[in-house]
Amino acid sequence: MTEAVIIDSGGANLASLQFALERLGARAIVTCDPRTIAAAARVVLPGVGSALDAMARLRRSGVAALLPTLRQPVLGICLGMQLLFESSAEGATQCLGLLPGTVQRLTAARGRPVPHMGWNSLTRLRPDPLLAGIEPGEYFYFVHGYAVPACEAAIAQVEYGQPLSAVVRRGNFWGTQFHPERSAAAGARLLGNFLQLCS
Amino acid sequence: MALASRYRDEGADELVFYDITASPEGRSVDRSWVRRVARVLDIPFCVAGGIRSVADAEEVLNAGAEKVSINSPALADPALIEALSGRFGSQCVVVGIDSRLTDDGYRAFQFTGDPARTRESGRDVLAWVREVQERGAGEIVLNCMGSDGVRRGYDIEQLRAVREICDVPLIASGGAGAIEHFTAVFDQAGADAALAASVFHTGAIAIPHLKRALRAAGIEVRP
Repeated sequence: MTEAVIIDSGGANLASLQFALERLGARAIVTCDPRTIAAAARVVLPGVGSALDAMARLRRSGVAALLPTLRQPVLGICLGMQLLFESSAEGATQCLGLLPGTVQRLTAARGRPVPHMGWNSLTRLRPDPLLAGIEPGEYFYFVHGYAVPACEAAIAQVEYGQPLSAVVRRGNFWGTQFHPERSAAAGARLLGNFLQLCS
Repeated sequence: MALASRYRDEGADELVFYDITASPEGRSVDRSWVRRVARVLDIPFCVAGGIRSVADAEEVLNAGAEKVSINSPALADPALIEALSGRFGSQCVVVGIDSRLTDDGYRAFQFTGDPARTRESGRDVLAWVREVQERGAGEIVLNCMGSDGVRRGYDIEQLRAVREICDVPLIASGGAGAIEHFTAVFDQAGADAALAASVFHTGAIAIPHLKRALRAAGIEVRP
């Protein structure tokens, strides 16, 4: 069985995620084939690009219909995390609706440019195996123009003018607004934790 | 490759690779090289050099870069910024601006990777900064040519003027020679990040030492 599949949601930039999983010794393949995804031990939903574009591609490939039926651990990253929610202000997009909440546009302010781009530390809200061994002061790399404000699914938050959901979970669905594949040792730790999760 | 691994291990927060002769030579950055670096890198990786189309950018991003940075190609075809941000999102699209003070104010220069081909683009820097944001740039790297390479500090005055009209992340470039130059660019110019090359390449400033000094000065940085 493949240890993890990376869903090809049409965005470019899947290589860095694949390389990060490979550095952890995992076999990871990139696919949009629903049968391969359904059979995987773990599923990663990445996403670079717009919500509208990504949802259209997931619907066309049948992956949007498949995702809610999955019982194995699923990790949405950045836009992939946002797609797990009900809808996004980006292109007024209906998303997967696996987590309650909506994605909103960040507004720029003095000293707080948008997109939010950079390294931030998290506020932990509840313990979770995905965050095992990650110290409170550790930094993760964020790059996003839209975000999910504080919500009930959040297990960690980041402060950017307001508290934003940084790590979320409901059942077997996890999500990170930051990019663990580009967050140095702390990100590798999180991905390593994900590879330990089982159905 | 050795430099990429060294910066990763020293705690650099992002690696930017400029193939500065690509545009003046009509080439585009080598994809296989991008892939080799991306394979070892676990920090953000931005690549620049002769990226002239959505297809060029897609190849570079697929090879493992996080962001693409365009400079001369954006001056030649400003609509490229919209095309790239529409396809990949603005967070992927960095616009680099090589700027120098002239009798007409701050002007953007093109093909600066080759002194023989460097030319003034005809664009006012402040107007260009506004335009690239409207077109969907997600980040601006302002390379102040007057201070570049001389290690006497970033051009605080110019960066401050650009900061006033820049709502996206602003990265300062050109002039870093000492730790206090980094402190100044954050405290006085409001830059979101500082880029430097020669002081890191030569080891004149060690990144861990720089980060400790910035933290001691009250500037939040990743340890």
